Amino acid sequence: MQNTELFLDILQILVFFSLLTLVAKFLGRYMARVYQGERTMLSPVFAPLENGIYRVTGIDKNAEMNWKQYAVAMLIFNCLGMIVLFALLLLQGHFPLNPQKFSGFSWHLALNTAVSFTTNTNWQAYSGESSATYLSQVLGLAVQNFLSAATGMAIVIAFIRGLARRTSETIGNFWLDLTRTVLYILFPIAVVAAVVLVSQGVIQNFSGYKNVSLLQSTSYEKPKLDADNNPIKDINGNQITVKIPVKEQRLPMGPVASQEAIKELGTNGGGFFNANSAHPYENPTPFSNFLEILLILSIPAGLTYALGRMVGSSRQGWALYAVMLFLLVLAIGVQYWAEYNGNPLVQKIGVHGYNMEGKEVRFGLGGTVLFSTSTTATSCGAVNAMHDSLTPLGGMIPLVLMLLGEVVFGGVGSGLYTMLAFVVIAVFVAGLMIGRTPEYLGKKIEVTEMWMSVITVLTAGVVVLLFVAIALITPTGVSSIANPGPHGLSEVLYAFASTANNNGSAFGGLNANTVFYNLMTALAMLIGRFIPALAILAMSGSLVKKKYVPPSVGTLPTDQIPFIIWLVVVVLIVGALTFFPALALGPFVEHLIMQGGI
Amino acid sequence: MATSKEKSKGIYDPKLLRTALMDSFKKLDPRSLWRNPVMLSVEIMSVITTINFFINMIVGKGEPAWFTGTVSTWLWLTVIFATFAESLAEGRGRARADSMKKTQKEIIAKKLKKPEPGGEYELVPSTKLRKGDIILVEANDLIASDGEVITGAALVNEAAVTGESAPVVRESGGDRSAVTGGTKVIANRIVVRITANPGETFLDRMISLVEGAKRRKTPNEIALEVLLIALTIVFFLVVLNLKPLSLYSAKAVGQGHPVTLTVLVALFVCLAPTTIAALLPAIGIAGMDRLFQKNVIALSGRAIEAAGDVNVLLLDKTGTITFGNRMATEFIPAPMFTTDHLAEAAQLASLADETPEGRSIVVLAKEKFGLRAQSLTDSQARFMPFSVLTRMSGIDVLDPDGSVSLSVRKGAVDAIRSYVEANGGSFPAQLNESVDAISRSGGTPLAVADGQFVLGIVHLKDVVKGGIKERFAELRSIGIKTVMITGDNPLTAAAIAAEAKVDDFLAQAKPEDKLKLIREYQQQGYMVAMTGDGTNDAPALAQADVAVAMNTGTQPAREAANIIDLDSNPTKLLDIVEIGKQILMTRGNLTTFSIANDVAKYFAIIPAALCTIYPQLLVLNIMHLSNPYSAILSAVIFNAIIIPLLVPLALKGTRYRPMPAEKLLIHNLFVYGLGGILAPFVGIKLLDLLINVLI
Repeated sequence: MQNTELFLDILQILVFFSLLTLVAKFLGRYMARVYQGERTMLSPVFAPLENGIYRVTGIDKNAEMNWKQYAVAMLIFNCLGMIVLFALLLLQGHFPLNPQKFSGFSWHLALNTAVSFTTNTNWQAYSGESSATYLSQVLGLAVQNFLSAATGMAIVIAFIRGLARRTSETIGNFWLDLTRTVLYILFPIAVVAAVVLVSQGVIQNFSGYKNVSLLQSTSYEKPKLDADNNPIKDINGNQITVKIPVKEQRLPMGPVASQEAIKELGTNGGGFFNANSAHPYENPTPFSNFLEILLILSIPAGLTYALGRMVGSSRQGWALYAVMLFLLVLAIGVQYWAEYNGNPLVQKIGVHGYNMEGKEVRFGLGGTVLFSTSTTATSCGAVNAMHDSLTPLGGMIPLVLMLLGEVVFGGVGSGLYTMLAFVVIAVFVAGLMIGRTPEYLGKKIEVTEMWMSVITVLTAGVVVLLFVAIALITPTGVSSIANPGPHGLSEVLYAFASTANNNGSAFGGLNANTVFYNLMTALAMLIGRFIPALAILAMSGSLVKKKYVPPSVGTLPTDQIPFIIWLVVVVLIVGALTFFPALALGPFVEHLIMQGGI
Repeated sequence: MATSKEKSKGIYDPKLLRTALMDSFKKLDPRSLWRNPVMLSVEIMSVITTINFFINMIVGKGEPAWFTGTVSTWLWLTVIFATFAESLAEGRGRARADSMKKTQKEIIAKKLKKPEPGGEYELVPSTKLRKGDIILVEANDLIASDGEVITGAALVNEAAVTGESAPVVRESGGDRSAVTGGTKVIANRIVVRITANPGETFLDRMISLVEGAKRRKTPNEIALEVLLIALTIVFFLVVLNLKPLSLYSAKAVGQGHPVTLTVLVALFVCLAPTTIAALLPAIGIAGMDRLFQKNVIALSGRAIEAAGDVNVLLLDKTGTITFGNRMATEFIPAPMFTTDHLAEAAQLASLADETPEGRSIVVLAKEKFGLRAQSLTDSQARFMPFSVLTRMSGIDVLDPDGSVSLSVRKGAVDAIRSYVEANGGSFPAQLNESVDAISRSGGTPLAVADGQFVLGIVHLKDVVKGGIKERFAELRSIGIKTVMITGDNPLTAAAIAAEAKVDDFLAQAKPEDKLKLIREYQQQGYMVAMTGDGTNDAPALAQADVAVAMNTGTQPAREAANIIDLDSNPTKLLDIVEIGKQILMTRGNLTTFSIANDVAKYFAIIPAALCTIYPQLLVLNIMHLSNPYSAILSAVIFNAIIIPLLVPLALKGTRYRPMPAEKLLIHNLFVYGLGGILAPFVGIKLLDLLINVLI
């Protein structure tokens, strides 16, 4: 039986990546047309709307920006978005669309969440169904899901212009790129996807939570408390409990589908419910699961092809797609293998088969592994299983995918631009190795490019190293750890890997809604998002001024297998060298302990 | 200045080694080491562990003092090896600079009041000479400063600058008017206008370049340093992070010790890219020095690196691609005559012809047909020198009785045509075809006649230098396009271009055409290199990215250039390109090697550092190192001694083979990438075994 499932899982993965490759090409071509201001099939519908927006806001359609103007526009826009969301969350108790009468977020949770959603991280220290009003979900979180994704895409497009344009000054117009992204790309796809998700059973309503009678009533043991709320103990020191029968269940409702689609499409990952895509109202069927994973990877994959189109050589785009695909398939392989082999300690007590702890039966091993790797390879961070319950090595894979810098497809826009920074470093060293001042796509790589690439690539890693160290030496940091030992270390490492790289998924097991973690993770998200973004725009400003060096036999071909392999090696080596000790003391030693049977 | 002797001494000349060793200690001064931030960080770490060692000795707690002591010693050695590599690279240049300084001692100049050789002069020390002063230099005088010959011509020994003892002619006007301060007039006297103020002369610039005093980091070097510094910072944080990680783990598990300061420092130094950082300065200096050994002076490191990037090479035809003289290459006999007959007659007619063309006919006849030049006395032959009137030259061979037995004439085709027609013969129609073919190919047909008979035609042409075609092919294979520049007409130019297999040519080139051509290429994004010597080359040289001036060239040309070839050999450009590439490759390869090394060091140090907390982590000890102390020491020692082991590679540069970029990348990734991962596994294991034998 396991063999049939293995076969079906492999088939699912093969079908998935064939489909993704097709999507990459067609979506990529479409996106390139959108960003180059060409007419697309959606122009008849959206062009009047687009022009209307420019008229109302007073944006000059033909104005171009240099990198500094672009960066300032981006920062102002995100800052405003953050303030609005912060205020909304803080004051949500006073606003309508609040059937459950939730009060406002605490200041630090509101801050954390505002930062989280504007930085495209969607780290959730709150639980959606028990603290966020419908208004906050729809007007606050969902709106930022669109805007933070559009910001990332605008930045990468500005960077691509830096590569594609020759001896120029300007890298596009932030407002235009932002408007076009939302209007032509995110909005139409999200609408269609939401409709399809509804067809699968994802809910979309504004009603209050429903109480339904259980078909089979159940019960739980509740500790008996005295007047001072202290548990009462018997003579032996054991707690006295009372049996509480449960006959009803409260089902949270809400406008889920509209948020679900953009959550995946914009690699945001912030679930409507705490259980995220493991929740049946967010992700009811294997098909919806497949569709959600496809949505997660579509834009990051499509952007590689768009890059190729915009720089005039689709091979260059495919080369990066190949690097990302290779790393993702490698991760899938390892995680599948680790989960398939299961936990020997559990097997010893007679539970055979692979590790299904924390996974949804309707997705199976294949659907879970594909989701869990894709969501951490990209900076999505939605989950359809509990990463905390993966085997140690299986759980190390999402961790590693994030620690590599979110470059395996990565976040919409941010994944590609971070990968391009890796490309610059790889090109630099490889260029030296063949005896040439390095160049990429005809642009010479010099001191500025080196600084900016290094900053882009290493910022998140530096934040993770520093913040993990701080968390582990402060009592408040340590006190949030639920499982002391290697697993607890992984939990802290995962929290900062996830926030600094703007992924947003949680390992679980760590109580993150404390002042300490809310502030630390908010800071990690801010640094991890905006420092690389600014470095990328600065690099674009430097590249755009350069003249184009035509390729010759002596030029390093960046669209051939040797360079693809080299880039894979560079990404892996940088990640491995930075996190070897941490990974050894976290998941790796946990794996050894599990194998040793302690 | 004995260049050859210096070359043979090699890197490990004991005297150079001694000076380098002394220098390497001087360079430990943080004020000079800050130029190399990675090594400065290692020095700081050495200080920390040394202090830690003394504390260990006194307090006697924690790890054994011998361990801390040995680690400190090897950390200090790591820094010293780095400064030593740099000193060693500078050493050879400095030796040469010292000998140049000797020639630069103050020279007394004869400053003329009027620019006439016979005029009145006063004696002035060279330090007082200013631009525009006029001096007289007579036989056996040293030329006091750089200048331009304005009157006269002299034989000058330029060994002080070029290392070449054969004297050269310097004369006023034309392209050989520049003289260099410190060189010596052997014969005749010249009047020189000084063109440089004291301290700005060519020799001054050379000395400062060679000494490395003015050596500025190239942009490329800085970019690499950015990467190295960033990696160092990250590794510092990794190590910093390991402390809390191990603290937390030890507490959570309830056993073992957190990682100690010594081990943290050892790990940091092993991970930091010390190998490349230590050798980086040496690579650049050694590259300059290798150029120097080829008698080329780069006026900036940037110029050499730019040379490595050149993708268009502009070469003067004359002297570079061809010998510059037309030479006989073929005998084409007329019908009824044999080639032997023609060759013999042509040889005879050229015996007294001292022109390069004439000599080449004699040589060709000898080489092709084994005809030895006969020696004829005046009684046997009467030579007819070339006359403008007949446009022919030749020989009448006399019988003993004095009658003319042979009357051979050679000359332009129409001259010979009228000669044989005057003698009652006719020019064979069959030869017309050959004559046309030769003309079309850019060559010159030379007809040979005996009396009324035309014997045949000698094909004269501008001969392409041997081996040049292969060098161009080599250049093409690494993506460099060659463009020939010539004053010839397009027809001739095309023929020679085809023969030398250059990619393009510019015929009937005027100076402004050269400049335009360079600009055009640059606009398309190409890096252009050119060689030149004349004053009219100066604008083009100034425009080119890599400009090589011949030392025999004029002062304006030398000033416009960024590289000066003391041998004045235009094909040097190819060597310069190669060395430029070598410098970059050596940097890239050693960077990859250095970083690849870290993998093995992790496998040595991490299990050793953490095994008290988690004994399970000993599975990472895949080298089966005997104990934690020896594992860490082995890694530290390997990290240190790899530096001197790689010094020869850094100084000589990694071997450059012309091959397409992709293949070269695969090759170097294999050798330095994969090799860089594997080598330390072997090295650390061997050191571990050695340590256990010794202890």
